[in-house]
Amino acid sequence: MMTNTGNRLTQGQFSFLPDLTDEQISAQIKYALNHNWAVGVEYTDDPHPRNTYWEMYGMPMFDLKDPAGILLEINNCRKTFPNHYIRVTAFDSTRGVESPRMSYLVNRPKNEPGFGLARQESHGRNIRYTVHSYATDKPEGERYTK
Amino acid sequence: MTEPAAGQDAKPEPKALHAVPDATPVDLDAAFRDSHVQEVLDKLDRELIGLKPVKTRIREIAALLLVDRLRKGLGLTAGAPSLHMCFTGNPGTGKTTVAMRMGEILKRLGYVREGHLVTVTRDDLVGQYIGHTAPKTKEVLKKAMGGVLFIDEAYYLYKPENERDYGAESIEILLQVMENQREDLVVILAGYKDKMDRFFQSNPGMSSRIAHHIDFPDYAPDELVAIARLMLEEQQYCFSPDAERAFADYIVKRMKMPYFANARSVRNALDRARLRQANRLFARPSVKLIKKDLVTIEAEDILASRVFSDGVPDTETPKPSIL
Repeated sequence: MMTNTGNRLTQGQFSFLPDLTDEQISAQIKYALNHNWAVGVEYTDDPHPRNTYWEMYGMPMFDLKDPAGILLEINNCRKTFPNHYIRVTAFDSTRGVESPRMSYLVNRPKNEPGFGLARQESHGRNIRYTVHSYATDKPEGERYTK
Repeated sequence: MTEPAAGQDAKPEPKALHAVPDATPVDLDAAFRDSHVQEVLDKLDRELIGLKPVKTRIREIAALLLVDRLRKGLGLTAGAPSLHMCFTGNPGTGKTTVAMRMGEILKRLGYVREGHLVTVTRDDLVGQYIGHTAPKTKEVLKKAMGGVLFIDEAYYLYKPENERDYGAESIEILLQVMENQREDLVVILAGYKDKMDRFFQSNPGMSSRIAHHIDFPDYAPDELVAIARLMLEEQQYCFSPDAERAFADYIVKRMKMPYFANARSVRNALDRARLRQANRLFARPSVKLIKKDLVTIEAEDILASRVFSDGVPDTETPKPSIL
């Protein structure tokens, strides 16, 4: 049974929904800005769920009042990496929290081959399971190109 | 990004010019009342003395934005007008003060979303080494989006004597954003008239992208007295009748002296008068003071100025650059 038709990556918020429109993204950014969270744009072509730290596209943006500036960066990033995953994170710097409060995808590659389940036979008859992204078989920067 | 889901952008399609009957009634008065523009204009009239051309222009802009909103309501196209401005005028004529108000006014009119003011000078825009300028300028522009970007002393951006100056790069990025993201931010340049003229001569692209060139006139003596009264009111002081007359004399004399900076000179003069007033109250400890003494500036506080005795402004050291 295929549980995730289309192999859409489901990481972060809203990932089971259709892709957000720019207006919806702006509204979400506005929500983050209203809470004084620093919004950043990050990208990667290695979507493994344990790949926590994605590359940052520019600095996180502090002191912004309006989502237009961030949307501009998102669009620049989309132009630069049209076939990468791009996500927007909102970092809460409140003492004691100091972690991302929001994280959602704003760009996906056209074709997402998804993940395979790899089995490894270890001692005895034990089997270790791991997920493996088909895309990462290719070298960095060439994944998702075709 | 994939295309937006169906039905998401249900904006009314702009209809052709003749799709709506010409006789469709339009309620301009109601729109005017609803927008609370009059409040803003009244406040402007109350709190800013003089500045006729500035107020006229703001009223025109308000009218245009209102009419545009009505047009949009009828389905006619209403392209976002370019509202970039250039304020020129002598020192102390209120350029910065008006810029501060502009954010609020444009927000009330629904032209900008946030209405905050980001004030920058050359240092904030231009970097120090190759590749530093573009990110720095973009950073500032991003911060100003949704509001007003106020570039004070804008003519320093361009230094013609140094062709390797990074100011030109900054201007290029500014121009691009001013053109492409008109609905996201309003840029206001400010500076002294002659220097701004020279700046525009060397950057014709900048001049043509700015729709509103507003010249701030010098204040007349009676306007300056009115400004002084307003300033004192804000600080919860007041003139005695004699003091007001003395101050009017002071202004006339002071205007003829060098380094006169309109409202800024008025503020400095009032600060000094407050010093003298405090000193006067200390000098006669035997008299019982009442509240009125604390808030009233007397004629002697003004007349003690060196403007009257020596005929020179009592600015401590006149600086070569006009402050």
